[in-house]
Amino acid sequence: MGSILSLAWSSLMNRKGSALLTILAVALSVALFLGVDKARNGAREGFGATISGTDLIVGARSGQVNLLLYSVFRLGDATAEISWPTYEWLRDREDVDWTVPISLGDSHRGYRVMGTTRAYFDRYKYGDGQSLQLAEGHEFEDLFDAVIGAEIARSLGYELGKPLVLTHGLGRAGLQQHENRPFRVVGILEPTGTPVDRTIHVSLEAITAIHVGWETGTRNPMADTITEEMIRSFDLTPKTVTAAFVGLESRGSVLRTKREIDTHRREALLAIIPGVALAQLWEVTAVAERALLAVSLFVIAVGLVSILTSILTSLNERRREMSILRATGARPGHIFFLLVAEAGLLGMIGAVLGVAGVHVILAIAEPLLAARYGISLAGTGPGLVDFYTVLAVTGVSLAIGALPAWLAFRRSLADGLSVKL
Amino acid sequence: MKGSAIAIEGLRFAWTRDAPALLDINRFELARGERLFLRGPSGSGKSTLLGLIAGVLEPQAGQIEVLGHDMSALSSARRDRVRADHLGVIFQLFNLVPYLSVVSNVTLPVRFSKARRRAAGGDAGAEARRLLARLGLEDDEILSRRVMDLSVGQQQRVAAARALIGGPGLVIADEPTSALDADTRDRFIELLTDEARRSGAALLFVSHDAALAPHFDRGIDLADINASAHRLETA
Repeated sequence: MGSILSLAWSSLMNRKGSALLTILAVALSVALFLGVDKARNGAREGFGATISGTDLIVGARSGQVNLLLYSVFRLGDATAEISWPTYEWLRDREDVDWTVPISLGDSHRGYRVMGTTRAYFDRYKYGDGQSLQLAEGHEFEDLFDAVIGAEIARSLGYELGKPLVLTHGLGRAGLQQHENRPFRVVGILEPTGTPVDRTIHVSLEAITAIHVGWETGTRNPMADTITEEMIRSFDLTPKTVTAAFVGLESRGSVLRTKREIDTHRREALLAIIPGVALAQLWEVTAVAERALLAVSLFVIAVGLVSILTSILTSLNERRREMSILRATGARPGHIFFLLVAEAGLLGMIGAVLGVAGVHVILAIAEPLLAARYGISLAGTGPGLVDFYTVLAVTGVSLAIGALPAWLAFRRSLADGLSVKL
Repeated sequence: MKGSAIAIEGLRFAWTRDAPALLDINRFELARGERLFLRGPSGSGKSTLLGLIAGVLEPQAGQIEVLGHDMSALSSARRDRVRADHLGVIFQLFNLVPYLSVVSNVTLPVRFSKARRRAAGGDAGAEARRLLARLGLEDDEILSRRVMDLSVGQQQRVAAARALIGGPGLVIADEPTSALDADTRDRFIELLTDEARRSGAALLFVSHDAALAPHFDRGIDLADINASAHRLETA
């Protein structure tokens, strides 16, 4: 068997050009399949690790997934807000241990600004219960203090003391600026691999303060006449908040509390359990994921067909080679095994290169994906899925190789000792 | 019969059941160690006869014994085994596997036969080089060339070394000199017959060229032993 394998290898080396193209086709198809799978798992793990220790998230009534996306992942917008009195009702419930209100809607150079309380830095947990840590500086104390995520500090080169102007609304340019109320960076958070890294945190009162004179939705011409000192003297309690993270006294009461919030009479509210909402999000994306996986499986099939094509097209020109092998003692089984081994080698090498390729690409793309989308692929090193993929591709290649092998086997019997070509 | 390299009795072969017999040989014998020249024009059934002797074709009737093995009574797998262990084959042209080195081409039979691997000794590569040197191919520069870059004469000598490695009892050669010029042809036949004599192998050399007969112990015409040849001629 070893000598036939070495013959198969020598034969492939003799047809380097077509063999390399076939291997490339298999490698690319395997890389695509594994890339899709790893990105999918990375996204799931990344999303799953974004929030922990929060029992409920409460917002204005919309959809579970929508509330989860805008409150935790800073994706999309809230369609409505919760009034402050309703938030107070929520905060003061007996079954509620703690609440962290958040207010979204402004941005800075494309990064979201989130108004919240200092409790956020204690209560917000990610991964397996990790707390936010300050790499430099301190939490916001003054009205116009800002604490920025690690990615913002890195990509914009911001340091402590850096002044920043918020933009009214979301977007990189073209929107009105709150340039009359500049903030100052007082803290930079350690990287978390979550949307926190791409968030500017300010106090809820600061959000109210920068919107003094914006009650109609745009800036009042008189807004600039209101000095900072005047603003500081105002009651800056917000009128609304976008959502609130909630921790309960007892996790056992989560369903009852959720039902009571959902049926609150004074205001249409929605309470979601983060894990359940995330599961619903995966249900929504599962269709697209399955479609992507199906497409990548078809691409693998195309790669495998290229093995068949490559060997089948070489069969006729190799009839004399088969005759020589037969004349020198090769049995029909040897001829069969030779061609099956060639197909298996092409498939296996292609699959191994595909696995190696996808890991190289992911290693290069990982910082970018983590920075842009919070997707961490760090834990997706070569694993069982890669091993099974190599095994499956090699197995199917061997099976595919059986067709040209059978043809060559039949021909080697019919051709006899010598072929007059 | 027991002392024969090849012994054929009552052989009848046709490509299909209804076709007229291409070969109808009442009796044919090649002694062990004998070097026989078998002449026949193109299309007379020479290569078919070699296929039958080598066990890749099966006759409709008759008995073919090769070195004491009744090929017509053996299973296909056993015939393959006998061929691998006891036969060396040289073709007319394109004798070599293009992707193997000169030495690897010579050691091909050793890959498929334990008996020939044992006979070739522990180092098949060294035995291949020894045979190639005896056939006049000892220059490292020649041995390092791609086999398809060798001249036709050199390729045939590599094929001869391959047929002889592992000491097969029978070497069959199917028109191996038809592409060679007269000088190269004669030198090739001398080298081949010398090496066959040295190793004790019987040699069945098939060609359409009657002028080659003097190089061998004995020469016969296929038409003289094949009854079908006369019927085909008179038909």
